[in-house]
Amino acid sequence: MSALPNPAIYRSRFRRNRIAVTLGYASAVFGVGWIAIILAILVYKGIGGLSLDVFTQMTPPPGSAGGLLNAIAGSAIMTVLAVLIGTPVGVLAGTYLSEFGKHDRIAAIVRFVNDILLSAPSVVVGLFVYEIMVAPMGHFSGYAGAVALAVIVIPVVVRTTEDMLNLVPDTMREAAASIGLPRSHMIIHIAYRAARAGIVTGILLAIARVSGETAPLLFTALNNQFWSMNMNAPMPSLPVVIFQFALSPYAEWQKLAWTGALIITVTVLGLSILARTLTHRR
Amino acid sequence: MDVSVKSVPLSVDMPAQAGSTAKLEEKISIRNLEFFYGESRALKKIDLPLYAKKVTAFIGPSGCGKSTLLRVLNRMYDLYPGQRATGEVVLDGENLLAPGLDINLLRARVGMVFQKPTPFPMSIYENIAFGIRLYEDLPKAEIDNRVESALRRAALWEEVKDKLNAGGQALSGGQQQRLCIARTVAVRPEVILFDEPCSALDPISTAKIEELIDELKQDYTIVIVTHNMQQAARVSDFTTFMYLGEVVEFGPTATIFTAPTDKRTQDYITGRFG
Repeated sequence: MSALPNPAIYRSRFRRNRIAVTLGYASAVFGVGWIAIILAILVYKGIGGLSLDVFTQMTPPPGSAGGLLNAIAGSAIMTVLAVLIGTPVGVLAGTYLSEFGKHDRIAAIVRFVNDILLSAPSVVVGLFVYEIMVAPMGHFSGYAGAVALAVIVIPVVVRTTEDMLNLVPDTMREAAASIGLPRSHMIIHIAYRAARAGIVTGILLAIARVSGETAPLLFTALNNQFWSMNMNAPMPSLPVVIFQFALSPYAEWQKLAWTGALIITVTVLGLSILARTLTHRR
Repeated sequence: MDVSVKSVPLSVDMPAQAGSTAKLEEKISIRNLEFFYGESRALKKIDLPLYAKKVTAFIGPSGCGKSTLLRVLNRMYDLYPGQRATGEVVLDGENLLAPGLDINLLRARVGMVFQKPTPFPMSIYENIAFGIRLYEDLPKAEIDNRVESALRRAALWEEVKDKLNAGGQALSGGQQQRLCIARTVAVRPEVILFDEPCSALDPISTAKIEELIDELKQDYTIVIVTHNMQQAARVSDFTTFMYLGEVVEFGPTATIFTAPTDKRTQDYITGRFG
């Protein structure tokens, strides 16, 4: 007798399950829907302006045709420099947190501060670098822009490096120690190797993160209408150009802004996909 | 619970099993060893000889301290803060617990094979060559020879000789464990510690590892921690029964398994607890 379920209880549980699953699906569709809409609008508005000119011409004065070459180049240069500054600092700090400071008070503080930095509003980072670099130097510069981006790169790399090294099992460290491997060798040859894909993923995600940042660059690199490879002078960047052009009343500028937005989005998307493939391949 | 007999001292002239009448030489002498995890004492007044070119097994229920004792012998516990040992562990006249001892050199002399196979994230060849290069500056051909002889020693050469550049982590569990043994042997240690080396392996791989241990004891002093009493009986010359952080009984394996003097040992080996 008792083996038969009470039909009323069973039915009500079945109903509640249906409601919960439906709500779950609806939320997922709602969330992903916005991203789909954003992508659709970007493609719709931006693809028309996509031509070879975009990658070969400079940003135009109002009312004439042009491209985004100087902005793309400026973004690339500042991002590369930011990653060159941010990656070693971030990887070394993450290594300290995971390999040396697991039980230290200082490490706990560093970890806490890093988490704050990770979620710090980027406009604050821009203002900070303005105060320490732009104001004393007396002018905006590509260097200041790169430093501002580096400040954003560092906490991302610190966090992923620490997390990825924490995933390397302690048994691997013990095995390394058991053949007489000094700790420094263990970290460089064993732990980094085991965590390599994850650390590279973190760096890629940091690049994706900074390639769309506008606020820190507004206060540091400013912008430049012309081709400029001088990092000691104001430097153009894609996000700032988009910001300026999108707010302008000129149709050509607005069109270029949409195209620039599409380029950034596709780049970030590509980096994210690359990062995911790296993490999953093993 | 019977707590009368503490441990059985073994006279050195007692003949070892398996017909060996050679005189026993103490490779490692553990004297008055105590071990602490923070404040809690995990090993209590351990006195134990480990004989050269013999296999000594540590058996006992979970938490009895057998792995802890093993990890003192290569000071693996040094990796973790808050763990410390007092007393003496003398290897060829040198106290391993003495401050200032070069731990990396110690670990090159006292190798270890772990419960889970732990190949490094590199090729089969590199897994072994890596440890060799650490202490010796050899030409490539010489390293090739050493890698081959280590793999032969671990009975793995025939299975991997055509794929030395493949990743070590692509091997099966049993092969990985033999790779780890080859890696340990390649460094040319004097003592090899096995920490439950077969508990993650299937019976066939287990049999291979046990055969290997039997061969390795011709050149190395071997200590093995095992949960499996049949395994202890099969591979070891001497057995140490531990309980609650103490050595309850130590003696030739045949004696421990057939005529233990302590009631706790008898209860354990007959399966009454643990």
